[in-house]
Amino acid sequence: MVSKAMRPVYMLSGGITKFAKAHPEMDFRLMVKEAFDAALGDLGGQLTPADIDGSVISYFSDHFACQLKAGAMVQDFVGLCPKPNVRIEGGGATGGLCFQAAVQAVASGRLDVCAAMGFETMSTVETWKGNDFIALASDTKFDYPLGGFYTGYYAMMAVRHMHEFGTTEEQMARVAVKNYANAAHNPFAQHRREVSVEEVLRSEMIAYPLRRLTTCVMSDGAAVCILASEEKARRFCDNPVRVAGIGCGSDTMRMADRPHGKVPLLPHESESDYRHLRYPGVHSFRAGRMAAIEAYKRAGITDPREEIQVWELHDAYASAEMQQYEDVGLCRYGESGRFIDEGRPTIRGRNPVNPSGGLLACGHPVGATGLMQMLFCFWQCQGAIARHFGDDFCQVPNVTRAAGYSHAGTGTYVTISILEKP
Amino acid sequence: MPEKTEGPWVTSFDPLTLQRRYTIDYNISYAEDSPFFHALGRDRLLGSECKHCNYRYATPRACCTLCGGKTDWFELPLLGRLHSWTRCYFSGEPYLRECPFMLGLIEFERVDTLFMTRLAEIEQPEIGMPVRAHFRRKKTWSVNDVYFAAA
Repeated sequence: MVSKAMRPVYMLSGGITKFAKAHPEMDFRLMVKEAFDAALGDLGGQLTPADIDGSVISYFSDHFACQLKAGAMVQDFVGLCPKPNVRIEGGGATGGLCFQAAVQAVASGRLDVCAAMGFETMSTVETWKGNDFIALASDTKFDYPLGGFYTGYYAMMAVRHMHEFGTTEEQMARVAVKNYANAAHNPFAQHRREVSVEEVLRSEMIAYPLRRLTTCVMSDGAAVCILASEEKARRFCDNPVRVAGIGCGSDTMRMADRPHGKVPLLPHESESDYRHLRYPGVHSFRAGRMAAIEAYKRAGITDPREEIQVWELHDAYASAEMQQYEDVGLCRYGESGRFIDEGRPTIRGRNPVNPSGGLLACGHPVGATGLMQMLFCFWQCQGAIARHFGDDFCQVPNVTRAAGYSHAGTGTYVTISILEKP
Repeated sequence: MPEKTEGPWVTSFDPLTLQRRYTIDYNISYAEDSPFFHALGRDRLLGSECKHCNYRYATPRACCTLCGGKTDWFELPLLGRLHSWTRCYFSGEPYLRECPFMLGLIEFERVDTLFMTRLAEIEQPEIGMPVRAHFRRKKTWSVNDVYFAAA
């Protein structure tokens, strides 16, 4: 556990290269540079590369990049040589882990200002080859040879969730409808067209019950977050946002190996809530629950439903967003269907989730995704969504805290990072 | 300088985009899991039991994830029940021609964890239905040498 001697950490700014199916006009270095320049630009030129003490760079796949040590090339390209730099990799949670590594670098006192920079270039191969690369992040002796297809794994988790809790395809469709509706107001999103439940349910089946419109798309893109100590935050930024707490959990690589035991409880839950639930099995993400427990403890949160006003969850699949409502305690395990039916995670609901449109609408260039989530959380805390989106629809009113949930494998790593308006 | 007789496939001129092929032949060892794959060759399924805490794994592993203890092999029954399933209409590149195909997670009596596998010869899978292991006649020396069908 991080000791109380750790320094407070602030987010100063961030930038993003709009995620797209392909960015053939920019290589990964230029994409990150564009996001990096946007982050510096947001501070009005107060912060220059000379003020940054080092960086953490995230990208998931050497296979997609077709370039080893790509992180070193980014460090060089944005003008941060010869300062410290390390590459972070952890599947789908790569971006979230990168953010937390940068937080740790500042909290420990090693760096005063740290850039967290992430990217992915997934357009280098066709989608079926991309599926293959991604599935290499499952056990290659026992899982990968069955089809080389992560969507299949998530589909089996969703089917079990439906069996345990009565979750329906319509409820998953409602998650997608919500996220695409939000994205219509987010210029950084790829899919900006509203859809109906019927349209989602008519879209092509990928792996039952997951369809084309309940599955995110592989993308190219980059995102950058700038983190700093309190002193440097005050010097370079007029309205920094504090990192209130971070948490990370893990689980077995093979989902077949997951135990069937007791639910680790959040502060607002009791054992009687889950007397008959065998947990996590393949229906829930224990890593997400453990990340929440750690992050809430550090941030002093006792009821996330009241104390966190915005969530960016990892909706690589609509079913996964529903599972995550439960992991983070927005509702009890088994209640995510009713949670979406009642409209609680909608933008004007009680617990807005993915006001940006999430991964479903923005896309999932893996190494950038977790950083994009934190950037949207940062803008929510600053009340700056209208300035960046040109539209205030996605701004949740009166945000004091926003949290990002970054997720790898079938829940193999999960990070939760909570931002708080000082 | 001699002329190259084969140029790359250019998919776009501006920005200049080329196809580049990169192939690898790995020598992958099943290492400590080899007995599982040997057993598939004899139409048998092996799991692992922790010598220390007696936790029983349907998908084998040399060390227990709960206590770190070493495991012993034990023979799994060929009859189990369907814990979850899906039908895939898309896949990774090597498996595209096999679409649609079904995946399943199998649970066994008195075994603590599950086994992921292909399903076959099941019209409408149902969670809890009894299923039986079948083995390929011609071995591929992979986990695909076993699949499950309705019992």
